[in-house]
Amino acid sequence: MIKLLKRYKIFLLILGATLILMLINRPLGIKALSVTVYSFKEMILIIPPIFVLLGLLDIWIPRETMMKYMGDNSGIKGIILAFIIGSAAAGPLYGAFPVAAVFMKKGVKFSNVLIFIGAWSTTKVPMFLFEASSLGLTFALTRLFINIPGILIIAWILSSMTKKETIETIYSNASKF
Amino acid sequence: MTLTMYILTLILLIISFTTNKIKTKKALKKAWKAFEHILPEFLVVILLVGLLLAIINPELIAKLIGPSSGWFGVIIAAVVGAITLIPGFIAFPTAALLLDGGAGYMQIGAFISTLMMVGVVTMPVEIKYFGKKLTIQRNLLAFAFSFVVALIIGLVVTSI
Repeated sequence: MIKLLKRYKIFLLILGATLILMLINRPLGIKALSVTVYSFKEMILIIPPIFVLLGLLDIWIPRETMMKYMGDNSGIKGIILAFIIGSAAAGPLYGAFPVAAVFMKKGVKFSNVLIFIGAWSTTKVPMFLFEASSLGLTFALTRLFINIPGILIIAWILSSMTKKETIETIYSNASKF
Repeated sequence: MTLTMYILTLILLIISFTTNKIKTKKALKKAWKAFEHILPEFLVVILLVGLLLAIINPELIAKLIGPSSGWFGVIIAAVVGAITLIPGFIAFPTAALLLDGGAGYMQIGAFISTLMMVGVVTMPVEIKYFGKKLTIQRNLLAFAFSFVVALIIGLVVTSI
């Protein structure tokens, strides 16, 4: 019970803050709560398949296979796969991190994990279609063309900036989940 | 898209189940464990999104990055995009409205870019997997990169 309370400490704290806001400024509090309820519904709707897929991936795909296609010696093949998987995903950015953890557990190269996160964050296919219809094809295409090298550069800078030990810690941390 | 995900997941689950019941059970257990593990952080993110969007609403965003706000507007737009998390189907129409209201393409480019790549409210989740240092570095780099995106979008879209 105490362990559970400790884990949800920050959640309870912010929940308290939201309720206090409700008392001080009712319309603002209601608005905050309604957005939260909305995001909660979004989470309940989108998150389950992500985690089920993640579980299936973890159980069925052998580490050797993942390493062959996306591991340290996967070269351009791994980069392209990371882009495709990230772009095909649906769901908010916070859904990408648990998937990234399973990738690391399976021995996917660190820079490919970062490319996957970059692609999930900004080159998702359904989002692109939506962006093109609201803001115009030129806008969406320009952003896509800058984002592809941008994601690669960010992944490269981050993976060369991070010490080997730090990467090892992150990987061993990921294998616990 | 959500429906496609469900159908795909269901098909894979059925294939998995008919091949090996025990392994499927294990996979579902893994899925639940992974979810339960990150649930506190997910709930924090969802509450933060609610609080932030109540304060930073589209009207305020429109005021901040309105017409002729220039480079200052680009910075504000990038900051607003970085700290909020707005679902795409609200964000894009809002951005389109802002454009109609006179905001520049550069500001909107910065806003959309940081909105998607930088996640201040999702940091609790990111930190749990990647640690504080890497999370901050990734978000800072993505934030800086968004200005490049803004600049190029400003050049390309307005020149057409």
